[in-house]
Amino acid sequence: MSALTHTTANPHIKTDESMWPMLFILVPVMIWAMFAAAGPGFGTFAGVPMKFHAGIMLTALLGGVVYIIGKMGSNPPTIDHSRYADKVVKYGVIATTFWGIVGMSAGVLIAAQMTWPGIFYFDGAWTNFGRLRPLHTSAVIFAFGGNALIATSFYVVQRTCRTRLAGGSWPWFVFWGYQLFIIMAASGYLMGITGGKEYAEPEWYVDLWLTIVWVAYLLVFLMTLAKRKEPHIYVANWFYLAFIVTVAILHIVNNLALPVALTSAKSYGVYAGVQDAMTQWWYGHNAVGFFLTAGFLAIMYYFIPKRANRPIWSYKLSIVHFWAVIFIYIWAGPHHLHYTALPQWTQTLGMVFSIMLWMPSWGGMINGLMTLQGAWDKLRTDPVLRMLVVSVAFYGMATFEGPLMSIRYVNALSHYTDWGIGHVHSGALGWNGFVTFGALYCLVPWLWKKKELYSTKLVEWHFWLATLGIVFYITAMWGAGISQGLNWRSYTELGFLEYSFIETVSPLHVFFAIRTLGGFLFLLGTLIMAYNIRMTIKGRGNATSIVTNAASDPVMPSPVPSTLAPAE
Amino acid sequence: MSDTDNTEDRPDMGDRHEPRFDEPTGQYTTGHSWDGIEELNTPMPRWWLGIFYASIVIALIYALLMPSIPLINSHYKGLLGHSDRKAVALDMVNMRTGRAQFSDKLTGVDLENIMGDPELFRFAMAAGKSAFGDNCATCHGAGGQGFKGYPNLNDDIWIWGGTFEEIRHTLEVGVRASHDDTQFNLMQAYGRDGLLTRDEIKDLTEYLLAFTDRSENPDAVARGKSLFAENCVSCHGAEATGDQSQGAPNLTDLDWLYGGERADILETLNNGRQGVMPNWNERLSPDTITALAVYVHALGGGEPSNPVE
Repeated sequence: MSALTHTTANPHIKTDESMWPMLFILVPVMIWAMFAAAGPGFGTFAGVPMKFHAGIMLTALLGGVVYIIGKMGSNPPTIDHSRYADKVVKYGVIATTFWGIVGMSAGVLIAAQMTWPGIFYFDGAWTNFGRLRPLHTSAVIFAFGGNALIATSFYVVQRTCRTRLAGGSWPWFVFWGYQLFIIMAASGYLMGITGGKEYAEPEWYVDLWLTIVWVAYLLVFLMTLAKRKEPHIYVANWFYLAFIVTVAILHIVNNLALPVALTSAKSYGVYAGVQDAMTQWWYGHNAVGFFLTAGFLAIMYYFIPKRANRPIWSYKLSIVHFWAVIFIYIWAGPHHLHYTALPQWTQTLGMVFSIMLWMPSWGGMINGLMTLQGAWDKLRTDPVLRMLVVSVAFYGMATFEGPLMSIRYVNALSHYTDWGIGHVHSGALGWNGFVTFGALYCLVPWLWKKKELYSTKLVEWHFWLATLGIVFYITAMWGAGISQGLNWRSYTELGFLEYSFIETVSPLHVFFAIRTLGGFLFLLGTLIMAYNIRMTIKGRGNATSIVTNAASDPVMPSPVPSTLAPAE
Repeated sequence: MSDTDNTEDRPDMGDRHEPRFDEPTGQYTTGHSWDGIEELNTPMPRWWLGIFYASIVIALIYALLMPSIPLINSHYKGLLGHSDRKAVALDMVNMRTGRAQFSDKLTGVDLENIMGDPELFRFAMAAGKSAFGDNCATCHGAGGQGFKGYPNLNDDIWIWGGTFEEIRHTLEVGVRASHDDTQFNLMQAYGRDGLLTRDEIKDLTEYLLAFTDRSENPDAVARGKSLFAENCVSCHGAEATGDQSQGAPNLTDLDWLYGGERADILETLNNGRQGVMPNWNERLSPDTITALAVYVHALGGGEPSNPVE
């Protein structure tokens, strides 16, 4: 595009000085990484992995520092503040797709390991289940889901505030800082570096790095909201903000730990015993509540009305269910610790808050589904919209199942069984997966200025393969979980346990095989999506480019269409 | 289809502040608009509100009935006075008293007493099967079939003796375990510790293979025989048939705990074997250990008790 003709006249173009302050973060962390990588002189625990791990961090940070100095020294970048910052969103879309494939592949591999251990257990500790399982969960939740949340939030907050992302280059710091966090977490797991807390496995220095990145994310988001050109803040942004703020608090509180030495990978958490368990599940449950629910509801609240081209069904419902979800979710964590050393009064509160959470959760489902009123016919022809709507249906199912399983008498049967695994996957695959796929299918043509996707037919294939995969997955886990629960509590007439543990494991084989197949079908769908996205970006098939006339590009703050050209 | 087009069809969306009537829903919008997204002023569904309120009422009632509110030194106990800890303790007491009529009889009795009482025997077998599944199956297999290094309990080969009393004793004190009176012996690492040379270990192996006609080197067998006499007879006996009182296995048959192939025997002689059977007296009650002994004895290979101890 002929940006030059623009540049001379545009008063919104300013030099971007925002990279310099990043050095105040990057350089000290880099110096620490140098000491940590230098060697065993500092009493390191698990010295060799730590050297390698710190080496990765050192390399990445050094790259960042060199890039910033080079860029700022020679040719400081300029930013056109009348345009949306879309390049960072594009990177986020690609990162989401990439990490989705990584995380789901790891899931299929560990499912196969449990089904056919003789074939899929390889020599060497790197690929054993104990290391690959956190790799799978972190990759799908934090790498795939996290990138989806960051990318969509950056896109949505700009459009709904009619302003460019705040902070100059800081959105890029958030993006690359978050990728570094993912690399550090994943490589640590494979080398056996773990804090051992479920869904919070990274060790203390990786936690601290994420804290820095997350605070930067919060500030970028807040500052963008602050300079908005709309009188009100759109509901999606309430959910994004709740997600960012609460995840910051959860992350910091749950990961408080004391390292063995400043250059050691090993740390010990500050909590002990039942307090540790309660803090962990306060974190774990609200990671689901604020990362996987609030964050993804934000995606739903933008992309469904946008795609269906319909108004949000009820403003009042969105207010009430937002505040009800936010207030009630945070107390429900103890239902993960029924019938344990946790005091019973805490268990009771965890259960009753979970029951009260049912309708507030469903408020989001109702608002999502009813927004289709007047546009239901589009479901027949638009598989992307169908994906978004089915995600809301799975959300409704999972948020009914959750309160049900939190009831202590149901929990007595379901706890520790594969029912739990099935429950989280109906949420993760059906809700988080589908709503993300739907958003990506919307975003790619919008961001890369294509008329439509490369192939709608491939979206149909993705939709049906993934749906079939989810159905296989969750029905297999219901079967496995209920069989486990019943077998574990089965007594003989003389009052002895009817089955030894191993006897309750062997009947699971067929369920595990079906689960592996379901996961594989879901992964296959994601690979088809990745291909479709790639071909759309290349402009093949139906994805012909939209020609925009640069001279007529509107300048904010006047009302702008959603197709502002990216500044970069 | 593209949303770009939709937005451009209504270029005034961003500034719209007047509520408008929405045909398909019959509702008015709020007048807000973000990037073309409007909101309807639909009231909250009454069924939704109704169930929400009902769930709050149910939550309150349940919290009133059960322990729920933390107090300064204690907690609110609930109208039902239910306590998980008390309920579990009561369940345990009930289970123990229910079983007492049998389990008390199982302590310190011999097999004849148990066999003579069909009901007691049935109880011992049920208790033994259950305890076996949870404690023993991990190493010895769900059916007691054993694995390499973990003895098969179905056959009539017993390293430390196969009578009811001997099985019970092994369960109580273990083998190379932490019990003061644990059963102990030393199959040394003859090669690794330099007690024998490589060639001597090869000769010994040929000698052992010859018992089952698997050696083709008579010279080595002859050399191995004298090596055996010097190093092994004190435990395994002059005929190499073993000695249960020392836990020394019979080396003349085809049943080998750690495998009987040439490579397995070389490995055993080279690195020794120090397998451990835990002493279960700290973890299991005496009546459970008796029940386990009854069960394992009945698996197929139990030997009759010695007439005089």
